[in-house]
Amino acid sequence: MVARSTIPAGDFRTSYAADTTIFPTKTSRNFAIAGVILLCFAPLVFSEYWLSVSIQIGIFAIAALGLNILVGFTGQISIGQAGFFLLGAFTSAYINNTYAIPVFFAIPLAGVITALVGLVFGLPAARLKGLYLVIATLAAQYILLDFFSRAEWFSGGSVPASANPFSIFGYTLRGDRQYFYVVLAYVLVCYLLVTNLMRTRDGRALIAIRDHYLSAEIMGINLTKYRTLSFGLAAFFAGIAGALYAHYQLVISQEGFGIERSILFLAMIIIGGTGSIMGTLMGTAFVVLLPESMEWLSHNLKGSSIDKALALNNNITFLREIAIGLIIIAFLMFEPDGLAHRWRQIKTYWKLYPFSH
Amino acid sequence: MNTSFLIQLLVNGLVVGTLYGVVAMSFVLIYKATQVVNFAQGELLLIGAWVCWLLLTKYQVPFWVGMPLTLVFMFAFGIAVQVVILRPMIGEPIISVIMVTIGLSTVFQAALKWMFGVNPQPFPPVFASKAVDLFGLQIQTVYVMSLAVSVAMMLGMAWFFKASKYGLAMRATAFNQQVAQSLGISVKNVFAMAWAISATVSAVAGVVVAVVNGVSSGLSAYGIKVFPAAILGGLDSVGGAVLGGIIIGLLENIAQYVDSQYLHWGNLYEIAPFYVLILILMIKPYGLFGTKDIERI
Repeated sequence: MVARSTIPAGDFRTSYAADTTIFPTKTSRNFAIAGVILLCFAPLVFSEYWLSVSIQIGIFAIAALGLNILVGFTGQISIGQAGFFLLGAFTSAYINNTYAIPVFFAIPLAGVITALVGLVFGLPAARLKGLYLVIATLAAQYILLDFFSRAEWFSGGSVPASANPFSIFGYTLRGDRQYFYVVLAYVLVCYLLVTNLMRTRDGRALIAIRDHYLSAEIMGINLTKYRTLSFGLAAFFAGIAGALYAHYQLVISQEGFGIERSILFLAMIIIGGTGSIMGTLMGTAFVVLLPESMEWLSHNLKGSSIDKALALNNNITFLREIAIGLIIIAFLMFEPDGLAHRWRQIKTYWKLYPFSH
Repeated sequence: MNTSFLIQLLVNGLVVGTLYGVVAMSFVLIYKATQVVNFAQGELLLIGAWVCWLLLTKYQVPFWVGMPLTLVFMFAFGIAVQVVILRPMIGEPIISVIMVTIGLSTVFQAALKWMFGVNPQPFPPVFASKAVDLFGLQIQTVYVMSLAVSVAMMLGMAWFFKASKYGLAMRATAFNQQVAQSLGISVKNVFAMAWAISATVSAVAGVVVAVVNGVSSGLSAYGIKVFPAAILGGLDSVGGAVLGGIIIGLLENIAQYVDSQYLHWGNLYEIAPFYVLILILMIKPYGLFGTKDIERI
């Protein structure tokens, strides 16, 4: 969790504004804008399969972003992110179905409600040191899932709940191609929001707490307030992502949102780089694409001797879990700053090419 | 009131509770000695159970040979995990270490499912008679055995920490690593030993549960139930963990009784410990016997 370390010699800033800028050079800003514009054309070129993969990456990246505020910037862990994700999904569908609040408003509202529920679980633990929050969120995960399986009025109990498609000004968006833009807009807004948050006083307070909470407290930072705030934010983004997921899938069941999914969210930010906002996106893409590529690989190996020896195709779910677990451990041991760090190194290498160090 | 049902459940709670206590004890042991919150405790228990099952069914080893073999294996396994995975993490932020154990639990869980399948397997019967008569109550032999083994483990642990030289070294390390090191204690060895003992003790609990209920991947739920127990007792108190485990076990079964007699919500006993966990964190976050964290600057 070290900040940018590979700034080449001669690259210096003379004002605070220049130091906290999002894009250090004009080129990087132009590249970012060009990337977004290119993404706007994605639905026209992408196949159905790649479109659904990229929508998934977008949605999970928002939830992972929330988790990264908590883990990467405040130094606390939550393993209840999947529970809050699901809560956001059910809440958005519920308020949309019951109170006829348009989906457009239901999604942010679901985020707020999820954040409030999150605070109920997080408040007792936020007063204490890191590991208590892990345990509290573990309990939250189980309690929330148990609640969803009981509350038929809210989540349909054992029957999956249904959600309405996204609509705006009476126009209903249908299909992945149109929904892609909704997700893209949300990803952009959320990522800009968080990037800017980290440049403000509050963001710096969170980082100070992570780096040395005692010094932070001595400097007048209210630990309880900021820990609670960051946990609330984590739950908020999980709720937003869940709501987006609900109106994308149109059917929500709690299948596959157990503790393993929470660990998957954790894997996303560890792989991407804790404390790196762009890294979150990379990590999410990695985690979403990993099972897909494993599926592809095992499909290609079907019938070969390796497949027969290990029974790959029958056990692909277990292999996927093993791979995720091993990658978490390997990244923590060998590359604790994640893909974001690698990416910076590659960039620096090319910046100085051919006279690298 | 259905008294005999209640008594049956209370006995059940006591038996399960002491097992929780044993697992919580081994969890606290690792936490105390190495400051690692071990999310893979349940998987250690599961590995022990599967290894013993494998020895007994596949290799047809008698129980009295298979059990010690399992324990030896788990002892070595605990050391291996510590040396290979956890030792390089010393000095890293505490949350990284916690996440490593979360990763470990994922790997173990999935690997065991891969190797042994997802279906529960019955354990070969260990005792000749199925039930014994105790104070007019019919109690299954395995329950008596479970209780006896748990209590024996606890007493053994108490003796180890109070009287043995290694236990003393471990307590010293838990108290202050640097001072312990300056007095000639090998902190590295103590860490490895903590994991080894913890894995072995968990494996005993695992085998006991397996004898009672059969082996399945669901056994690792014991690793999750450890958290309410350990938090209730205080995260760094071995005695508290035992007591916390027993309370959680009893509470589960009382919840089961209340549920089946009055509320009819279903599955209340599975979730009740987590409500208790949240409550304790609100009222008494350092548990019954945990030391309150006071930091000196």
